[in-house]
Amino acid sequence: MGLVLKLESLRAGYILRSLDRNRVIPAVNEVSLEIRDDEIYGIAGESGSGKSTLLKTMFATAIEPPLRIFGGKIYYYVQNKEIDVLTLSVQEKMRLSWQYVSYIPQGSMSVFNPIRKVRTVFLDFLKSHVKEGEEKLLAVATRHVKALGLAPEVLDAYPHQLSGGMKQRLAIALATLLNPRVILADEPTTALDVVAQKAVIQLLREIQRESKNTIVLVTHDMGVHANIATRVAIMYAGKIVEEGSTTAILKRPLHPYTKYLIDSLPRIGDKHVRESVPGNPPSFLDLPSGCAFHPRCPYVQEICKREVPQLVNVNAEHKIACWLERR
Amino acid sequence: MKIVQELFRDYRFTLGFIFLTALVALAFLSFLSPYDPVKWLQVPRDMPPSWPHILGTNSKGQDVFWEATFAIRNSLLIALIAASVSRIIAAVVGLIAGYKGGSVDQALMFLTDGILVLPLVMMLILVASIMKGQISLVGLGILLAFFGWPWDARTVRAQVLSLREQVFTQTAMLSGKGVLALVLGEYMPHISPLLLSTVLNNMTWSISSEITLAILGLSKLETPTLGTMLYWALRRQALLLGYWWWILTPVVLTLVLLVGLYFISVSLCEYLDPRTRAQRVTME
Amino acid sequence: MDDLEEENKRMKAKTLRTYLARRILQYIFVVFLGLSLVFFIPRLLPQDPIRAIIGQFQQHGAGLDTKTVETMVVTFQELFGLSGSLVEQYLTFWRRILTLDFGPSFFQFPTPVSELLRRFLPWTLGLMLTSTVVAWLIGNIIGGIAGYFSRSRWARLMDVLATVVRPMPHYVFGLVLLILFAYLWKVFPLGGGASIGKPLSFNIVSLLDVLRHSFLPILTLVILNGAVWYHQMRLLVQNVKNEDFVQYAKMGGVRTWCLVSQYVIRNAMLPQVTGLALSIGQIYSAAIIVEIVFSYPGLGTLLFEAISRADYNLIMGIAAISILTVSTLVLIVDLLYPLLDPRIRYR
Repeated sequence: MGLVLKLESLRAGYILRSLDRNRVIPAVNEVSLEIRDDEIYGIAGESGSGKSTLLKTMFATAIEPPLRIFGGKIYYYVQNKEIDVLTLSVQEKMRLSWQYVSYIPQGSMSVFNPIRKVRTVFLDFLKSHVKEGEEKLLAVATRHVKALGLAPEVLDAYPHQLSGGMKQRLAIALATLLNPRVILADEPTTALDVVAQKAVIQLLREIQRESKNTIVLVTHDMGVHANIATRVAIMYAGKIVEEGSTTAILKRPLHPYTKYLIDSLPRIGDKHVRESVPGNPPSFLDLPSGCAFHPRCPYVQEICKREVPQLVNVNAEHKIACWLERR
Repeated sequence: MKIVQELFRDYRFTLGFIFLTALVALAFLSFLSPYDPVKWLQVPRDMPPSWPHILGTNSKGQDVFWEATFAIRNSLLIALIAASVSRIIAAVVGLIAGYKGGSVDQALMFLTDGILVLPLVMMLILVASIMKGQISLVGLGILLAFFGWPWDARTVRAQVLSLREQVFTQTAMLSGKGVLALVLGEYMPHISPLLLSTVLNNMTWSISSEITLAILGLSKLETPTLGTMLYWALRRQALLLGYWWWILTPVVLTLVLLVGLYFISVSLCEYLDPRTRAQRVTME
Repeated sequence: MDDLEEENKRMKAKTLRTYLARRILQYIFVVFLGLSLVFFIPRLLPQDPIRAIIGQFQQHGAGLDTKTVETMVVTFQELFGLSGSLVEQYLTFWRRILTLDFGPSFFQFPTPVSELLRRFLPWTLGLMLTSTVVAWLIGNIIGGIAGYFSRSRWARLMDVLATVVRPMPHYVFGLVLLILFAYLWKVFPLGGGASIGKPLSFNIVSLLDVLRHSFLPILTLVILNGAVWYHQMRLLVQNVKNEDFVQYAKMGGVRTWCLVSQYVIRNAMLPQVTGLALSIGQIYSAAIIVEIVFSYPGLGTLLFEAISRADYNLIMGIAAISILTVSTLVLIVDLLYPLLDPRIRYR
């Protein structure tokens, strides 16, 4: 199975400018991961864990102020050739975006220009990547929307005339217009009602099955991951603390933090009181020493407070960054 | 203290502050003036700047420098009266409209918008032309205040509306606080900085309006203000006769005053606006 | 889908209708309020100015025959509501307003005031409309581009320029331009609307002449008002720029000029249209003042004359026509708004 995207000890974040000094917010800290062809890779974590920032770094044209890369490498694998994304020119990045990798943003309610028809927005995106006449491009858009099971008439509407679920599905249609190899989806189901959520998940799964491409799905909702992800990475304070196949993570979570996340999932027939993670996620401006999870961890040891655990393999398909597994 | 320090970091605030301090100092100098500002022919006429008449004298036989100190004082006085009275009207209308909501709000905003779109200078001219030359300084201040509140009443209302949505109003209301206590105790602290920052804008408007009325010959022309100084200089053809010191003095003072007020107001507004206060960074 | 369309059409008609109804109601209210103020203000003043003015009339009118003075006094009494009961006075006042009959002018006797208004109003309208449209467009476009590329050096330069120019009062700024470009360096005429002695006609020479005369007044208005639009637009763009749909379109590689014009500027312009409607009163006042500086033959200069000759019929007439003109312009701008915002057109 080939790779489509790889990160190597990536460090990224923001610089907070206040009047007297500049402070670095390390939202992504030494993250390495490999994303394969034909899979749905889930990234989970609480809000403020840096997962959306991580996803943005994977999308070449999104890397611009305020988001900054402090170190590390990002690779794409276009037609089996390894491409170092950070060395590309703006034009090259533009060319790869949408055709090789595309992005479904958080809060899709507001991704459409409110004073332009949906159709015009589709054309704006298409025109910058495909040199074709307007008629032809419109035909492409209509065909694509139809293929996703949406009524082509919605293209003639203004955004405010559409429901939230419809807008989200149209955002997915917009992102998949050029049949990209990698689709990055940032919280695509948040802020939708349950029915619309189900429709969106189904749509994503169908797209993936149809074109055998890759979806990187960021959401805090473990239920969604359990539903469609092939592999899952758990993020905490800008680091990946556990990664493995969805079944492995759900059946045998190793990291104490992952255990909390899984425990919070409702199960049919289980009458247990759900236990949430005690305490609050740390601030990036003031990260705890050692393992960032140690102040909230029930199994905390001395070493956890001093040294940062590295992400190591437990077996071929399961990695974890925790001192508990090093005995 | 920290606030002041932060404000002075902005070059506009520093400049504005220097300008205004200098002008206020000038205004206070008027109390030391050896001349009566209203009387004519106290000094030789039409003298270019020289000691002891550092800004020369005018065709009315007045010392331009000392006349200017009175003009600044009176213009500032009119602006202060107009600004404070119109702030009261704006606060009352805005608070009532925002707090009561519903049809009271609609009616008040209808009225406010109605006044706002009128050509206010026209209305001022109408009043002043009927009262021609009989309006005192205080009267002029109040007259200006009468037309200077609608814009800021809208601002106050918008602020109250957003405050009303916040939890503390509900808490305060549920805890049985009276309306007046609620408005004064909970809203005023949020609204007073807003009103304060609009004071400067309103003063600018009042000073400009006073100049307009004076140039049309509609204010009490013997009282020295920036407007009446300009009026006399223009009326007596100072420009054509080459008495540049006479016309330049009010022009420069007006510019310094208005630029100073504007710079401070812009800098304060930016400081008070939470969006620009520290560069906002989106996380996650 | 048919159902949906039907529903849409109905809703669209409804919101558009309520919007239009509101605006027209507001228009009627503003006209009513403004003109009523014109009627009531003189009556609310502490002293009885009307008697004083009539006294002035009789003094000034010594050269005119008694019959003339009497007509003046009658019109004046009616306009200010002195004959009959209060209700009668008010009704007479409205009858005169609606028929645009303000009696004869005092200083150009016996020309009726309405005749003078008809002669001077087009100049004011021309000056004001041209400068407003130019200032609004330029201010918004430059402000929009500068707001989008706010880090660039020229955007910062524009900021400083606008900040320095903005607080200047129209009268003083106009005066400075007049001194510089008509008095010291004589490129433009000192005043007037066209060269004296040449009848106005529709040919190039005449047009250029009018343009040359109106250049400085228009420049004054465009620079000072444009600076305001520039600043407001820049602030608006600062917010629109961070909206999801702009950020997303940028990530999606939508071409920069399309992004700036169609996504950023067009959205930020919507509040500016409302802003335009709300500031027409101020713009009009500014135009009146600027006319006086450049002795431009519009209502401002006419007003100046009227004030210095104590021609109260004319002052009343100008006040009334100003209110009518401004509110009508506000209504027009308000009616144009739905053309730009589909959220009001369709729902």
